[in-house]
Amino acid sequence: MAARLTAQDITLGYGERVVSEHVNLDVPDGAFTAIVGANACGKSTLLRSFVRLLRPSAGTVGFDGRDVNGYRPKAIARQIGFLPQGLVAPENIVVRRLVARGRYPHQSMLSTWSAENERAVQEAMAAAGVAELAERSVEELSGGQRQRVWVAMVLAQETPYLLLDEPTTFLDITHQYQLLKLFARLRDEGRTIIAVLHDINQACRFADHVVAMKAGRVVAEGAPADIVDAELIEEVFDLPCVVVPDPVTGTPMVVPTA
Amino acid sequence: MNAVVLRAGSRSVRIERRTLLISLSLAGVALALAFLGLSHGPSWSAPSEVFAALAGHGDSALVIREWRLPRVAAALVFGAALGLAGAIFQNLTRNPLGSPDIIGLDAGAYTGALVAITLLNGTSAQLATSSVLGGLLTAAAIYLLSLDSGLSGLRLVVIGIAMNAILTAVNSWIVLRAELDVAIAATGWSAGSLNGVDWDEVRLPFLVIGVLALLLVTLSQAMHQAALGDELAVTSGVGLGRLRLLIVLVGVGCTATVTAVAGPIVFIALAAPQIGRRLAGAAGVPLVPAALTGAVLLTAADLIAQLLLAPVALPVGVVTTAIGGCYLIWLLFKEVRRPWQRA
Repeated sequence: MAARLTAQDITLGYGERVVSEHVNLDVPDGAFTAIVGANACGKSTLLRSFVRLLRPSAGTVGFDGRDVNGYRPKAIARQIGFLPQGLVAPENIVVRRLVARGRYPHQSMLSTWSAENERAVQEAMAAAGVAELAERSVEELSGGQRQRVWVAMVLAQETPYLLLDEPTTFLDITHQYQLLKLFARLRDEGRTIIAVLHDINQACRFADHVVAMKAGRVVAEGAPADIVDAELIEEVFDLPCVVVPDPVTGTPMVVPTA
Repeated sequence: MNAVVLRAGSRSVRIERRTLLISLSLAGVALALAFLGLSHGPSWSAPSEVFAALAGHGDSALVIREWRLPRVAAALVFGAALGLAGAIFQNLTRNPLGSPDIIGLDAGAYTGALVAITLLNGTSAQLATSSVLGGLLTAAAIYLLSLDSGLSGLRLVVIGIAMNAILTAVNSWIVLRAELDVAIAATGWSAGSLNGVDWDEVRLPFLVIGVLALLLVTLSQAMHQAALGDELAVTSGVGLGRLRLLIVLVGVGCTATVTAVAGPIVFIALAAPQIGRRLAGAAGVPLVPAALTGAVLLTAADLIAQLLLAPVALPVGVVTTAIGGCYLIWLLFKEVRRPWQRA
């Protein structure tokens, strides 16, 4: 199957420091892809290149055969949405208004509001489970609620591609699973999800496709059951372990031995 | 719903009800103050006399239309321009202290103006051009010095405060070195003053500010989107590089145009956007309440400047500094008592 979003032989870095060289990746359409790897292995950097936050110094990130940097900003923002880490909401903003900011690429200068926008915002808030918080100020929400509000904001962007940089960090385990289930449901509805995840067991449980990275290179990619074994985890995370079937889902589960 | 949707054909804009009400009230207050300003002279004119004069009748037509009206109009328009400039830079830096008067843009524009009157002939075209150049060079210098951390954040504000101190010293030096008559003129002007403003001086600045405000209208939505942070701005479709360049040009243009005519009037740009934001209860730093609050503040300040030691008219900058000082104390008091939520 032809992938719409691809990295073709890209080199990524910040200034003089090269993080990744000659990376190739075809993002499977309509699937949940998890990018995993140790800290500072270049997984967030790779994700940022997909959403034009980092321009490759060589190679191309392509969408539908065209360089993502060659699109008009709003046109590509209607295709690919991104949830970064460490977001700070504008002061004094209520949930509904923040979620509505996700509609930006669908609005023109002279028409900032429409029934279509209203519907998209309502649906996004319902999907992320924040509809009952609509009129609350974002500042007074808990960390878990706030993260779901940000998710609702990117959902309101209604992009077929949704990229997430460690979306579950700083959430308790219940909220982590709620969020991952939401992404799986969005995948079932036809969206393509690409998430950087820290927890390899969660990645195996929810993702269709796992991309394992080490020192800026993609060392393995494929269905979790096909690629995740003790040897790979030892190589990627430098952690001696055994891999057993998850007692609930049967997906690979990493249990450290040391 | 606590929002109003305004429609014209296929176009529609959603406005919070409270923002709309506050904006209308501020506009009303500004007009009332302007009317007071038109009535004020050695003796107060009756309202009927002012209306007659505005229509071109009566004995006071010349005084009110040719002397008082340009001054009052300048207070309204310049106040609004300073409010907009403040809102632009506070949005850009995401910091309530990041306004042009604090980060040295007023001082830089004033340096440009001083160069024009001491080294050149000091024609109004030269003044305007060199003020804008001074402001732009200052903005460029601050930008280059804070490049490591991008164009936002506390670092830029701190560098701007240092820049302001340096330029204020440079300005004093220029005045000290100047011919006596030039120095006296420059000193009166350095506080920021609307005394003796006439139509010939304000026609071009009004036009420039009008054009800049129109340009800003086309950029405002993207500017508010950019307040979500650089990453979300880019990934939701804001052309960030172009946006920043344009809004810095608008912000510096507004500041420098006012400075070229009236000198550096400080604190309006700092206080108006934040007062407007709090009154409107809106998210971020909205533009319309900032502009209207700026117009109200400067018109009120100019009226106070004329009344306080009448018949001596103080430079309006003296009054805005006093108002601004109170505001800063209040802001600091509030910020200190609030636990820090942001990194």
